[in-house]
Amino acid sequence: MDRRNFLKTFGIASGTALAMASPLKAREKVAPKEFMGILIDTTRCVGCQTCEEICAEVNGLPAPDLDVDVLKTKRTPTPTQYSVINGFETEKGDVYVKQQCMHCNEPACASACLTKAMLKTEEGPVIWREDKCMGCRFCMVSCPLNMPKFEDDSPKPKIQKCQMCWKRLQEGEQPACVENCPAEALMYGKRSELLVVAKERIYRNSDQYVHHIYGEHEVGGTGCLYLAGASFERLGFNTDVGTKPFPELTTDFLYAVPIVLTLWPAFLLALSNSTKDQDETTGSEG
Amino acid sequence: MDGKKGSLSLLTSELKRFAQFLLSELKPKGKIVTPFNVFATIVLAVAAAILTLRFIKGLGAISHFSQFHPWGLWISFNVITGVAFAGGAYVLTFIVYILHVKKYHPIIRVTVLNGFLAYVFYAGALVLDLGRPLHVINPIIGNSFGVSSVMFLVAWHFMLYMAAEFLEFSPAVAEWLSWRKIRKVLGTLTLGVVIFGITLSTLHQSGLGALFLMAKGKIHPLWYSEFIPILFFISSIFAGLSMVIFERSISNKVFRRRSSSEVIRTNDDILVGLAKICAGTMFAYLFLKLLVLVHGQQFSMLTTPWGYWYLTEVVGFGLIPCVLFTWSVKTKNILLIQISSAMTLIGIVLNRLDTSMIAFNWMNPEKYFPSWMEIEITIAVLVVQILVFRWIVNRMPILSEPPIWAREHKKTVEKIQPIRIKEEQEAWKVSII
Repeated sequence: MDRRNFLKTFGIASGTALAMASPLKAREKVAPKEFMGILIDTTRCVGCQTCEEICAEVNGLPAPDLDVDVLKTKRTPTPTQYSVINGFETEKGDVYVKQQCMHCNEPACASACLTKAMLKTEEGPVIWREDKCMGCRFCMVSCPLNMPKFEDDSPKPKIQKCQMCWKRLQEGEQPACVENCPAEALMYGKRSELLVVAKERIYRNSDQYVHHIYGEHEVGGTGCLYLAGASFERLGFNTDVGTKPFPELTTDFLYAVPIVLTLWPAFLLALSNSTKDQDETTGSEG
Repeated sequence: MDGKKGSLSLLTSELKRFAQFLLSELKPKGKIVTPFNVFATIVLAVAAAILTLRFIKGLGAISHFSQFHPWGLWISFNVITGVAFAGGAYVLTFIVYILHVKKYHPIIRVTVLNGFLAYVFYAGALVLDLGRPLHVINPIIGNSFGVSSVMFLVAWHFMLYMAAEFLEFSPAVAEWLSWRKIRKVLGTLTLGVVIFGITLSTLHQSGLGALFLMAKGKIHPLWYSEFIPILFFISSIFAGLSMVIFERSISNKVFRRRSSSEVIRTNDDILVGLAKICAGTMFAYLFLKLLVLVHGQQFSMLTTPWGYWYLTEVVGFGLIPCVLFTWSVKTKNILLIQISSAMTLIGIVLNRLDTSMIAFNWMNPEKYFPSWMEIEITIAVLVVQILVFRWIVNRMPILSEPPIWAREHKKTVEKIQPIRIKEEQEAWKVSII
């Protein structure tokens, strides 16, 4: 190997090393043990919409439509409303379901974010940081529950979704919706403890509850946990999401990246050298 | 003292000459009022108005993006389809610089130029699509490396690949500016840059597919599989080459005067060769598609409306052009090659749009159809690309021969092969028998 070839190989190898340094850390796992979460007991909810109202107030959003009729139409969170309540008629009477970001243990949106604007905090809430976001909306494509919403009427749009009142939590307060729920349908606490409470409720009133906690295993576990008296499918829940965390869908691909980055250049260089015509003049390609 | 003054005045006069040269090159060549130019002017003027509106009022004012269809035509067509079409550059550089197949050398520059422009303008379209375009530098600088994101990989690869393609193309710029020494240095970089570019292309062509891995449950099962990255990569090979065939068929007429005799003479032969590669890779791609279908046990879905649409894409604009390519190679029918390449391009557009747009959120009753303004901007991006392409081809040695000083000095000494005595004897023996 002459000097030029050595330099070429060395240059490619070091470039490769630089490029692979990052993908090697493919997925950061945050230990899921002490995440905070919210337990939502749909058998207790009376559909008063106080949570919608206080949510708008605390987050500086326009006041929600408090007409009783809106409970009958199926709504989803919007860029101006982080939390909505939908009503469902079941054999156990009207059931109201609060819907908002689930704060997954391993969120697809955060792993999709190329600037870490969408972030799973160590405390549990998944938050969005304005100064980092590019507005590429890959989080929206990735979220299995379609929770991140995009302000398409603004020249400097935000990604809007429930952040579990992140600012209030840091001041030692509870999420606004939990604190103001008159029916005690919402409960804030450590996720592990909420699971104990939820299981105890099912155990004590086993005929009143469906024996499943939505969010215990869905998409690898979520911060928001639901109890229900009627089947979750009937209450508008997406029950097809599986129990595998969504970021795992891309790990295989991301692990292949450093392999290709290391092997390809060496292979291509060898191939090029071995097919080269001996008479060919080098140094004037292009 | 005198020497310094002399070199200074030389420098200023050189700069003056250079500025004059640039100015003269900036002037349009050829007729100004042509149907295409009039069309281009109108399209660009309308696009400017739309973009002004977009940056004042937000994306919602001009597009039909929604909360369930966050990516519209710009991403699906300009970025995801466009990058597949630009794949010809890495495939041809592989053939010419790695495998040293000289046959394709005459069209390497025009292909790399096309690829480079495609990336520049599609990345440009991506910036228009970003909600907060000023933050586009965030993944490059600062402490915000979202390394677990496929988008992070794609963004970095786009950027690095653009630089690599510019370096691959840069000898032509140096020749245009008569920078002999720089041309020499750039020439030595080519192999390294080509290797880097092919590696990057492998990863981001498949990475564009990997973007949709987390959209499981949103994309119709006929289009979603864990093999999307591999399917995207393989299809980028024949998508890129079909684009080269398409471009050649047009450029060979439009830029005939600028083309060297070598480019014109070898054109048909090159097209047949490319068609052969297309047919082979398409067969591999379709076979993998079939495996995915069998593996997913999705045959029952083929008889639904989505299934018919899937068959239109895979059979109508996949299998049929694959067979046509094979047939046209056998009969050396150039027209048929061109028809097959056009059909393949449609097939790729369908595949990319199906994955990212049409079959995306297929269960949601709310459907997405691009607004006329989105379509207008998409056309405007293509028009700008064509204009820049034309400007460069008319000035730099892309299709024409490079200046004499830059041509490869082939060893003219003919080698006299000494005939060994043994062989001579054997030859004699054979003739005696």
